[in-house]
Amino acid sequence: MSSQREISIWFFIGISLVVNGALVLGAGIYELFYPPANPVVLFRLHAGIWWGAILFILGVVYTVKFLPSRTARAAS
Amino acid sequence: MSFALFLFDSSRLVHLSLVDFLVIIFYFGLVLVIGAYLKNRANTSEDFFLAGREMTAWIAGLAFLSANLGSLELMGWAGAAYQYGILATHWYWIGAIPAMLFLGLVMMPFYYISKTHSVPGYLKLRFGEDSRTLSSISFAFMTVLMSGINMYSMALVMKVVLGWSIHKSIWLSSLTVAVYVALGGLRSAIFNEVLQFILIWAGALLIPILGLVEAGGWSNLKVQIAHNASAEYTHLWSTLGTFNGNPMGIHWTGIVIGLACIISFGYWTTDFLVVQRVLAAKDLRSAQLAPIIGSAFKMLVPFIVILPGLLGLAVLPMKLVPENVAVATGGHSYNEVLPLLLARYCGPGLLGLGITALIAGFMSGMAGNVTAFSTVWTYDIYGALINKNATDQQKVSMGRWCTILGVLISIGTAYLVMRFGSIMDYVQALFSFFIAPLFGTVLLGMLWKRATPRAGFWGLLSGTLSSIGMWAWVKVDPGALAYVALSKNAKDMAENMYRALWSWLVCVIVTVVVSYMTKPKPESELVGLVYGFTDIPKDGNVPIYQKPAFWAVIVAVIFAALNIYFW
Repeated sequence: MSSQREISIWFFIGISLVVNGALVLGAGIYELFYPPANPVVLFRLHAGIWWGAILFILGVVYTVKFLPSRTARAAS
Repeated sequence: MSFALFLFDSSRLVHLSLVDFLVIIFYFGLVLVIGAYLKNRANTSEDFFLAGREMTAWIAGLAFLSANLGSLELMGWAGAAYQYGILATHWYWIGAIPAMLFLGLVMMPFYYISKTHSVPGYLKLRFGEDSRTLSSISFAFMTVLMSGINMYSMALVMKVVLGWSIHKSIWLSSLTVAVYVALGGLRSAIFNEVLQFILIWAGALLIPILGLVEAGGWSNLKVQIAHNASAEYTHLWSTLGTFNGNPMGIHWTGIVIGLACIISFGYWTTDFLVVQRVLAAKDLRSAQLAPIIGSAFKMLVPFIVILPGLLGLAVLPMKLVPENVAVATGGHSYNEVLPLLLARYCGPGLLGLGITALIAGFMSGMAGNVTAFSTVWTYDIYGALINKNATDQQKVSMGRWCTILGVLISIGTAYLVMRFGSIMDYVQALFSFFIAPLFGTVLLGMLWKRATPRAGFWGLLSGTLSSIGMWAWVKVDPGALAYVALSKNAKDMAENMYRALWSWLVCVIVTVVVSYMTKPKPESELVGLVYGFTDIPKDGNVPIYQKPAFWAVIVAVIFAALNIYFW
């Protein structure tokens, strides 16, 4: 086993949620201004906007909390 | 930017937009990056096959559950819920929770303290080489078949949902898994399983939320299902008094004894695919907590799997049919209920996330099979039969090559699996062949000191052969169903439940009888392996909320309440 400190899995998950949240949120906002010709059922709820925002915020929290530099400092 | 949306044409259910593709490509890129990052942390066999035994309870627990959340969980059980109603929930609740708690509280100490690398490895310590060889060969066989099923399921989804070639889907997904597992071993598989677990929820949770909004809540959903199908579809227990009173054609004894007591305990406590994740925990308390954490999340999974199947009965405009009918008529099969709902509710980005959730489910299941296969092959077949003096580096090297070999064999089996109509029923048949007898052998080995090495082997062999024999008997003579499953009306799943029960009984009876006819092991050789001869460390002075038993009680209470509420 390498002695080098390992990046936490939660950091990778945070990155994933940030990127996916941003993409979903961006697409949701785009549709708000340019509604599609064949909208999905319950389009009026704009699920992409609030779901994307939730994922993005959660992702930011996890990314910051488990930043490699931060976890290394905490461990030392 | 063009946001082309769901188009129900003959070749595919949905059309992905650019942003959907970005979500999917990012996912594939991230899992490969994680595999490459962890490559330098898989240098010894302990690192490669057991992730260095450094995982926390949360990571081991989520990986334990995620390895089970394969294609069959997401697509198959959503389809089963459409077909059989809420009865499918039994496979998540009574068919999982008690067994997971039992693993954590009762069996985990023996696995962990014995320091075994695998379940067949435990059999070697307890019963000897013959039992290990039989168990490892049957497990390796079952694992590559399961992996093939996973691949086929995913390729089918990609073909139906996106119109992708079934061959391209199989090769793309399987090679990705091969790369990240071969690079980082179990640690890479576990890291990716936790990531995949989160993505599955991120991508699939919206469907039941929006579905319930459209249906007007749970009460209105039940009314619509009663109108479109039958009121029996929303009752968990009250219709199980007779074989004919429910959509599955099963009696409550089949669920309680066959599923809950045999198949479920066999799968969750002896299938190395899931047990391997818990063996990677950093200490015994984490190893005991991991299955309990997994059980808490397991109770929630019906929300993203079973509920969509029920929603399909209420809100979808078309009637879904069995796979073979769908192929013949061009209609939609039960297994398509989840993608159909994805297309119904999810716009750009969300659709990509939903598809990613499906792909993540497939890949976590596949990685689980591949890592378990490479470990059992390396330790229990290669190390035990082919090269008994293998060095640590040779084992790591063999593990990496085995990962690739396992994937290639799985690809071959994926093409074979295409010939089977009902994916779920086939898997249940496999479980009853190998898992039910194995559970009998391991359970007696851990809890009964009189069980002898010869008895362990003959019990396991006779249980497995009897199960295959009963399956073949019904195939040759369908009238035999009345004897094997106690009813000629029993469906495939009910037959599997009862066959598992009989094969477990055969294993236990043979083991007990042969034990009394042969010489037991000296008690000094049972230390660390058998109840009564193993010092299990106490929790010490840790607060009550850190004790595995405390959380097991919480889970058990919620489990009981859910069953009563949906009775």
